[in-house]
Amino acid sequence: MKHTLAVLVENRPGVLTHISGLISRRAFNIESITAGSTEESDMTRITLVVDVGNDDELEQIVNQLGKLVDVIKIINLTKVDSINRDLAMIKVWALPEHRSDIVDIVDIFRAKIVDVHPETMVIELTGEEDKIDALCEVLKGHGIIEIVRTGKIALSRSAIAAKDSKES
Amino acid sequence: MTGAQAVVAGLKAEGVELVFGYPGGAALNLYDALYDSGITHILARHEQGAAHAADGYARSTGKVGVCLATSGPGATNLVTGIATANMDSVPMVFITSQVGTSLIGKDSFQEADITGITTPITKHNFLVKRPQDLMKTVKEAFYIARTGRPGPVLIDIPKDITGMEGDFTYPESINLRGYHPLFEGDPSKIEELAAAIKKAKKPMVFVGGGLRIAGAWSEFASFIEKTGIPVVSSLMGLGCFPADHELYLGMLGMHGTYTANQSVTQCDLLIGIGVRFDDRVTGLVSKFAPEALIVHMDIDPAEINKNVRTDIKILGDLKWSLPLLSQMAEPGDIAAWQKQVLAWKQERPLRFEENGDVIKPQSVVKAISDITEGSAFLVTDVGQHQMWAAQYYNSKKPRRFITSGGLGTMGYGLPAAIGAQLGNPDETVWAIAGDGGIMMNIQEIATAVEHQLPIKVVVINNQGLGMVRQWQRIFYDQRYSCSRYGTETDLAKVAEAFGAKGIKVQEPGELIPALQEANNYCGPVFIDVLVCDQENVLPMVPAGAPIDQMIGG
Ligand SMILES: Cc1ncc(C[n+]2csc(CCOP(=O)(O)OP(=O)(O)O)c2C)c(N)n1
Repeated sequence: MKHTLAVLVENRPGVLTHISGLISRRAFNIESITAGSTEESDMTRITLVVDVGNDDELEQIVNQLGKLVDVIKIINLTKVDSINRDLAMIKVWALPEHRSDIVDIVDIFRAKIVDVHPETMVIELTGEEDKIDALCEVLKGHGIIEIVRTGKIALSRSAIAAKDSKES
Repeated sequence: MTGAQAVVAGLKAEGVELVFGYPGGAALNLYDALYDSGITHILARHEQGAAHAADGYARSTGKVGVCLATSGPGATNLVTGIATANMDSVPMVFITSQVGTSLIGKDSFQEADITGITTPITKHNFLVKRPQDLMKTVKEAFYIARTGRPGPVLIDIPKDITGMEGDFTYPESINLRGYHPLFEGDPSKIEELAAAIKKAKKPMVFVGGGLRIAGAWSEFASFIEKTGIPVVSSLMGLGCFPADHELYLGMLGMHGTYTANQSVTQCDLLIGIGVRFDDRVTGLVSKFAPEALIVHMDIDPAEINKNVRTDIKILGDLKWSLPLLSQMAEPGDIAAWQKQVLAWKQERPLRFEENGDVIKPQSVVKAISDITEGSAFLVTDVGQHQMWAAQYYNSKKPRRFITSGGLGTMGYGLPAAIGAQLGNPDETVWAIAGDGGIMMNIQEIATAVEHQLPIKVVVINNQGLGMVRQWQRIFYDQRYSCSRYGTETDLAKVAEAFGAKGIKVQEPGELIPALQEANNYCGPVFIDVLVCDQENVLPMVPAGAPIDQMIGG
């Protein structure tokens, strides 16, 4: 099962490598990992999606990450009501005769066309993983040239910030 | 004050009196600052020797071991020592010098990314990029190294930073947002354990290195006195509970005693105290203590449920939990169980066949155990002799059986014994090594000679890599691939060449007199004992088998 962890860390060089290294070294699978700055300049937030076989594995990941001195807090967002987003940019073949089809699809998905060339288009979509998967699936028929995705970021709906929450 | 002087001032503020190391270009500022600092520096003959010596010093004294090295090759030579300390949770601070800030990342002369290299094998590491961070970093490093579950911390300092002038003050407090070692856990869990003890018919206690680290052996002893629960130990726990105590059943696991392995397999309550359920202890995990409610007392939350599923977890320092437990626990009805385990202990002791013609390796350990009455510092290397030491040295005092358990590092014994002797100048220190492992850091005899350390090094010489040969004998159809050297080295002469006293023992009758001579000699002495090369460490549980299925014993 997939779990989304928000990991708040000290904003120091090497922290991301440290975290990804720790997880892979212990033979756990990282589905995606994203990192970015937060409302505090000395804190980075990493969103980590891991695919684990059982709860023991998840417990180990959280415990081992928790041992790192640079890790300030770990929140399992899978367990709380949260908003999950991926950003994708998809470059597709878009010859003039197919353009209107593609524009329709883009509309239906509430995606955006962010670049147009005589033969290609780049479509941007922010949304839950499933929605992006679905768009990719539909666009496949038109010939996808390249896809780039950010990996998931997630935020709980609760009024309490992750850094102030009680969990680990 | 220069950055280097600030680092040295930091060491002094932490109470450091002795450091081990090896200089080099990038470390010159640091070494210059040490010159008249009042801190004693022990110059090893190899950085690995310095690292293991600092480790032996730390394990034997409970203080933080400090080790210095230069950049690049100096730093990478520490890696085995760092990993060894990390696996056995030894509090250490490694200070490495780095090339100048402007040269970092350019494959400069003697540059190695030592923080990158040691990330997986340190508790934490730092690369100091600003002189104003130096003292804060030293303070944090010592704090992290010795609190919670201890471990090695590395500080990498570029040469220019150690040369910069500045006003440095040692910070009073520490603020690490992500680091909160916990001392006190949840007392209701201890109540739960007390209830389980009351109910249990066949309880066992399994004690490990965490008890030694916590220094909670007297609290532990009172708990056992009160409840009468039999005790088994891990390799790292040896000495925490006196080997001659009636309720002590020996070491658990691959080369554990019949009684220990049988008792754990049949018990209905297993209380793991400061242990990590290593695979050398559990054997096949699914058959480990299959009948038992498993309790785990540890300071490191990540150890709980890592290898073995736990029913009751008691997080916290053993100095906190054990006194509470002693207070709450009432003995259950375990007389029949005690009788059973003591009968096993009587019927199936560790044993080996004496033979008048050749010296049996086990008898060498036994003789040392007798001569020292189990009270000396006994430092081992890695291999068969290490397991015989664990089995036949009746260690009676905590912190005195010193061995590389988790990593199993050959070459550890001699330098670690040097560290233990320097940390305990008035005590007797013995080192036992194999003829293979002694070669890995034999140059450190020179260090022992330089400081006239009265360590007694005994090589149990079975003319080959004994433990490798044992596995080849049992599991590889006696195909002895690369487990013997093509030349014979006169080790006693090597020791003499370094300036130590060298003794060669070839006949059984020479053994005891030689050991006694060594015991009375005040200076480094090295005894090369030629033993029977056919001996196996028994009993033995094949890797991955259940621990009650033992070969021999
Ligand atoms: C640095 C290192 N290299 C290799 C090994 C693998 N190893 C474990 S025991 C052993 C043989 C040790 O031989 P010796 O030092 O003669 O001791 P004995 O087993 O004969 O007592 C070897 C090679 C190791 N533990 N450490």
